[in-house]
Amino acid sequence: MKLFIRGLKSGIPIGIGYIPVSFSFGILAVSYGFHWWQAVLISMTTLTSAGQLAGIGIMVNPGQYIQMLVSQLTINVRYSFMSVSLSQKVSENFCGFKRWLLGFFMTDEVFAVASVQNRVEPKFFAGLAVAPYVGWFLGTLLGGLLGNILPEALMNALCIAIYGMFIAIIAPVVKRSAKDLAVVGVAVALSCIFYYVPVLSQISSGITISICAILSAVFGAVLFPKEAENE
Amino acid sequence: MNKEFWIYLLILAGSTYLIRAIPFAAMKKKITNKFVCSFLYYIPYTVLAAMTFPAALYCTGNLVAAALGLAVGMLFALKEKGLTVVALVSSATVFAVDLLMGVI
Repeated sequence: MKLFIRGLKSGIPIGIGYIPVSFSFGILAVSYGFHWWQAVLISMTTLTSAGQLAGIGIMVNPGQYIQMLVSQLTINVRYSFMSVSLSQKVSENFCGFKRWLLGFFMTDEVFAVASVQNRVEPKFFAGLAVAPYVGWFLGTLLGGLLGNILPEALMNALCIAIYGMFIAIIAPVVKRSAKDLAVVGVAVALSCIFYYVPVLSQISSGITISICAILSAVFGAVLFPKEAENE
Repeated sequence: MNKEFWIYLLILAGSTYLIRAIPFAAMKKKITNKFVCSFLYYIPYTVLAAMTFPAALYCTGNLVAAALGLAVGMLFALKEKGLTVVALVSSATVFAVDLLMGVI
């Protein structure tokens, strides 16, 4: 129980941080034409920012199931890396069943907090997952419900919150490494090409994000391979 | 959208869950391949960068406000002010600029 409480406390800043972001997801989803409960259901079953954002962008078009799968696999492949990384640090009693259950809650921030522990106990991880999940649910609910009520100027302003969070994840990393900056720069350049060049801009955004991300990551892996140190 | 919604939700939630849980449950050895490790290291950042630019410039319906919002967010992000603060100052900037431009 002590471990659970300790995890719970560690997760509270993450949970609070998730509220404005999931709030802006809720608003965005409703502005795309989704019902508030659909936005909430997406958040409760998926629990990811970038994937959900790309997901609702694809969902507004009919029948793009392959695009959905490809974009989700690309956007979320980072979770595999995190899961693999964290699987090296868990305690012996973190058995298969617990891994299948708790693996659901592996978000970037949950991973970041868990991975600085020496050994990750299942109870700690379970506690850690609570606040982020509640925050993600609550923010989406409020955004989805208030999205229709709030003035348009405020809704427009909150739409950018989710991108602000993305920038907050990228900036500290590229600040420290010119190589990482170059790789991110390639991703942005490619993304702009796909956005502005007439024929390319007709390709769905889920696919272009995947293409840009994979090409620039390959560019980085070839030109600036990372040493086999622990990230 | 309603019938398709459930299929989409299944793909979205199912693929996201499996890509998290399978490696967590199955992985017992460390990846040593340098190319794969490097690729996996870069992927989170390239995904986020490609999603943000240039799409974020057009999400608010006011290009100037969005650009300034992102610039201010970037400034706070470079000072490592944390996810919540950066998200909020970006929004606040967009709101303020939008309001000012409406007045002028």
